[in-house]
Amino acid sequence: MSREESERPAPRVPQDTEARAGWLLTAPALACILFIALFPLAWTLWESLHEHDLRMPWLGRPFVGLGNYLTILQDARFWQSLAHTALFAVVSVAVELTLGLALALAMNRGFRGRGVVRAAVLVPWAIPTVVAALLWRFIFDSQAGIANVVLMNVGLLRHPLVWFVQATTAWVPVILADVWKTTPFVALLLLAGLQSIDGELYEAAATDGASAWWQLTRITIPLLKPAILVALIFRTLDAFRVFDLIYVMTGGGPGTSTEPVALYTFNTLLQNLEFGYGAALSVVIFLVTFGLAMLYIRGLGVDLGGGGNRR
Amino acid sequence: MKGRIVARVGLILLVLFAAFPFYWALVASFTPEATLFREPSLWPRTLILDHYRALFTERDFWTPIKNSLIVAGFTTAFCVTIGAFAAYALARIEFAGKRAVLAFILAVTMFPQISIVSPLYMLLRRLHLINTYPGLVLPYMTFAMPLAVWLLVGFFRQLPRDLEEAAMVDGASRWQSFTRVILPLTGPGLATTAILTFIYCWNEFLFALSFTLGPERYTVPVAIALFRGQYQVPWGQILAATVIATAPVAVVVLIFQRRIVQGLTAGAVKG
Amino acid sequence: MARISLAHIDKQYPNGFVASRDLNLEIADGEFLVLVGPSGSGKSTVLRMIAGLEKPTGGTITIGGRDVTRLPPQERDIAMVFQSYALYPHMTVRENMAFGLKLRKQPADGVARRVEAVADSLGLRAMLERKPAQLSGGQRQRVALGRAIVREPKAFLFDEPLSNLDAQLRVETRAELARLHRRLGATMVYVTHDQVEAMTLGTRVAVLKDGVLQQVAPPMELYRHPRNQFVASFIGSPSMNFLRGAVSRANGMPQFAAPGVTLALAGDAPVRDGPVLLGVRPHDIVLSAGVNGGVRGVVSLVEPLGSEQIVYVNVLGGQDLVAAVGADASPKVDETVTITIPSAAMHLFDPETGGALR
Repeated sequence: MSREESERPAPRVPQDTEARAGWLLTAPALACILFIALFPLAWTLWESLHEHDLRMPWLGRPFVGLGNYLTILQDARFWQSLAHTALFAVVSVAVELTLGLALALAMNRGFRGRGVVRAAVLVPWAIPTVVAALLWRFIFDSQAGIANVVLMNVGLLRHPLVWFVQATTAWVPVILADVWKTTPFVALLLLAGLQSIDGELYEAAATDGASAWWQLTRITIPLLKPAILVALIFRTLDAFRVFDLIYVMTGGGPGTSTEPVALYTFNTLLQNLEFGYGAALSVVIFLVTFGLAMLYIRGLGVDLGGGGNRR
Repeated sequence: MKGRIVARVGLILLVLFAAFPFYWALVASFTPEATLFREPSLWPRTLILDHYRALFTERDFWTPIKNSLIVAGFTTAFCVTIGAFAAYALARIEFAGKRAVLAFILAVTMFPQISIVSPLYMLLRRLHLINTYPGLVLPYMTFAMPLAVWLLVGFFRQLPRDLEEAAMVDGASRWQSFTRVILPLTGPGLATTAILTFIYCWNEFLFALSFTLGPERYTVPVAIALFRGQYQVPWGQILAATVIATAPVAVVVLIFQRRIVQGLTAGAVKG
Repeated sequence: MARISLAHIDKQYPNGFVASRDLNLEIADGEFLVLVGPSGSGKSTVLRMIAGLEKPTGGTITIGGRDVTRLPPQERDIAMVFQSYALYPHMTVRENMAFGLKLRKQPADGVARRVEAVADSLGLRAMLERKPAQLSGGQRQRVALGRAIVREPKAFLFDEPLSNLDAQLRVETRAELARLHRRLGATMVYVTHDQVEAMTLGTRVAVLKDGVLQQVAPPMELYRHPRNQFVASFIGSPSMNFLRGAVSRANGMPQFAAPGVTLALAGDAPVRDGPVLLGVRPHDIVLSAGVNGGVRGVVSLVEPLGSEQIVYVNVLGGQDLVAAVGADASPKVDETVTITIPSAAMHLFDPETGGALR
């Protein structure tokens, strides 16, 4: 590409009606998003500043300012749910990244049956989380579950384990289910990144006598950093918002010992009908997610204006 | 050489790991409940169709399927159409505030759904839309619209710029160049976006759980999650339902896997 | 057919990059004007501004007497052949060529007749129902041409149309373009970085550097009377040799002196203080064997090209010169030769401004 063309920003057609056309075309979609997403968010914000318990409508809806937030700070169940969410996020993302990278590296080699592997690995991603949760719930069921049978046959267990009766063992099927379902997505992201690495780099390294490990750590991983970062942020965001999986697998239990923040908020809102407090919880979740999202957009230097300047 | 064997073995293990739950669900769905609970085994001995029959005669599994099809179908059609116009403008037309709009749309894809459940609930209640189809399509647009726009922007950007320039020089207005030159060429991109959007809508759980009241409007994920047995969890039927829910998905994925992968990575990796 | 005028055209991008600086250019009706220059010279930008794909930050553009500066490309009635051809992949050759006419709501049979006539003239008749993906590079290029010709526009714009073709095809297509121009008599504006294309195709050639017009003249005039050092070195291959020295008077005659070189200049050569650059084209240098006064040098490299030979000579006590000699001469490496330069072939330039000295 000539220097002239690489310095030239995205070509523009000189008309002020261009801008009007642009806005006209974007308006419907934007309006939908604004109305359906932004407006409710603003409403949630406003609601979080009030006390609003639908079980006791005679109390009205008094304005309490930051009262709900102060309560959150002292709410043990909230902090526990945050801890659960963090535990889930850290472990599942770590496993998914490692496995995903391994899978991507293996798939990058190109071999017969690659399509089958890709399809096999995509189906878990494509099914509803609810279905995945049920499948694994069943596998780890204490009576009908095949997990116990296999583990006992292999000799790792002497008696069938009731997995879901305590939090420590309950996390195993939960995280396993999440890993099973979302590693494909991570692997695909990383595979795309791998395929954009110039093969000649490896050839040059091989002629210079570099080992496979050296090639992995000095060429692959550094060049894969942007893709790893994308996968990391996407997965962390998703892990933080986890709901479906745990609702179906443990219901947050036993008790509330596996309850993540999203489920706690859900229970507060639609079970306890504490809308004001639930709104405050929602805002907190939103802020954390938003913070993480900003990290993504900033940290990657996502080119939002168009691909023209970086050909 | 060793590396290749390790990779090959690893892949086989991985495919087994991915396929195992489905295999097991399939086997179990054909096994009588008594056998399941007393002596579950990897290799089926007796096979029955009772669970499947019960699913449709006792439980009316058709209704959730119908509901999911309608909701996912409408949402996808609407979002992909409206989103295509916006995506074209965002990918190709220069106008002030474009960057802000793109950043906004990206940010909305990262919204935690739980944060807008309660106001949406109140809004839908006021509009008398709880437990209706529009009552699900509307909230679904919060994630389907940004998703569709984001994916389509990625596809539109891949089209060579000089095609539109040639069309303009040939005398086409923006609209004519969009309909006669760009749209025909984005067929694959539109299809992929539609497939991915449909999948996300079909799999959605939280909104469907919160905004429906009874089995007549449950979508497939909600219906399966809320199966209630008289005495115990009806695992046989649940697993039969999961098999039915998974089979079409598997077929779609097998047919469209290349497109799906393209869509996922185009949107994400290129930022 | 129309004349095109560019008056005081400025183009600056928001990031500060200046693509055009006070450009003034008149393109006569029916002329084949070539815009040539290195990468970043602004030549493509000028073309795109004429097309309406970019808007100048200052100045006016008129086509056929009409001020089009504010008009979008659709309303300028010009046709453009893009570097990558920009053929509509989902349309057949026939549909590609008919696109512009159909947009203007021309009657169907008139359109079909025109398309077929142009296809015939370009040898594309057999390919009318094929899609671009099924054509070779050369065929695609002809379709792009056909699409432009069919429209009978006021002017044709070409953006480096030959650069994607292999060398052989490039030479053939070049000739075809020249013949096309003669046949249609249309106004054509052609952008290229290749000075050979510029010289062979243009009625006039405009040399651009860093957004500034250096010189616009018929090819031979550029070759023989370059207005500055840049034009002198850009036009002609191998490029002109430059010697840095000074001019003085010796025995009443102007003389040029540089390390290892003393040359008599033409009688009307300007004599001035300060350093000058002497330019001489490789083809004008005469090499003779033996040593008989004048400038002497040693041959360091000979590149035989078949029709001629490029000889690199190291001037004794001075710099290297590149000479081009005929095929029957036989210079040998390490041979000492005498270098003769006819005074008519000498060009003098001011080293600071680059301008030619008359």
